[in-house]
Amino acid sequence: MSVSAASLKAGDSRELQLVDDLTRTQIVMYAGASGDYNPLHSDEKFAREVAGYPGIFAHGMLTMGMTGRVVTDWFDVARVTKYGVRFVRQVWPGDTLTATAVVDAVRDEGGAHYADVSITTVNQDGTTVLTGTATARLDP
Amino acid sequence: MAIERFPIEAGHVMMFARAIGDPNPIYADAEVAAASEAGAIPAPPTFVTASAQFDPDYPLRPKSGEPWFGSGREATGAKSSGGGGEGAGGGGGGGGGGTSLHAEQHYEYHRPLVVGDVLHARGRKGDTWEKQGRSGTLKFTELITEYLDPDDEVVITARTVAVLTEGPK
Repeated sequence: MSVSAASLKAGDSRELQLVDDLTRTQIVMYAGASGDYNPLHSDEKFAREVAGYPGIFAHGMLTMGMTGRVVTDWFDVARVTKYGVRFVRQVWPGDTLTATAVVDAVRDEGGAHYADVSITTVNQDGTTVLTGTATARLDP
Repeated sequence: MAIERFPIEAGHVMMFARAIGDPNPIYADAEVAAASEAGAIPAPPTFVTASAQFDPDYPLRPKSGEPWFGSGREATGAKSSGGGGEGAGGGGGGGGGGTSLHAEQHYEYHRPLVVGDVLHARGRKGDTWEKQGRSGTLKFTELITEYLDPDDEVVITARTVAVLTEGPK
């Protein structure tokens, strides 16, 4: 399922809905799988009364993990050489997230072919919650 | 932060893929994975954050017999020191004067990580810097973590940027 450099050009893009109506239970699943049990992400009482937030919110790493699908569904996970993000806004229970990846460049380096992509994840209001970049190795 | 042994296990990868809502069978079906480029069940790109499970001192996990800063009978089980801390998973929080949030996360993959790999990790502090934000000074700290295989070859390099804010946004 790897992608060939010949079939790809700058400007090519993919969009993927990552989650529709994010549940508190999914955030708890992520806490359990990742090992990050920060009560900010699962404990409403703590999040409101101690930390002063309107309620619990998702781990940034959950948003990064979900967003990674737009890259791994397009390029094989084994071909991803870089993935980095900036967490822009918090993600709340009930949010619906959509990620878009756009090819910035298709290039050769040391005899191998790579695609550099920019990634943006937005919520149901169109507000950006995460931005990032990734690089994937291509077939010729 | 040092993690002496982080085994990449099939059940853990399956749970992690479920948690990020990724239905790709490559993360749960060994036959599908064997036919893929990785040749075995691969770890999703952000999986090494789950190395926190193998860090004996990870501060964002309740430990038997120790106070925990989340709610029980009271809204917090820790009165002032908070329970937050820096770590490969980011985060922080607690009853202290500010909140540590995860600002950026970057990974570089030197080869595919697959089930059966056994990693160890070593972390070091990177840069620190400050910026003026809406609600005061924001303090950024960087942590570089290298995940290595038993031959001490680096498999993944992670760079975490945390920001300490003076309160909730």
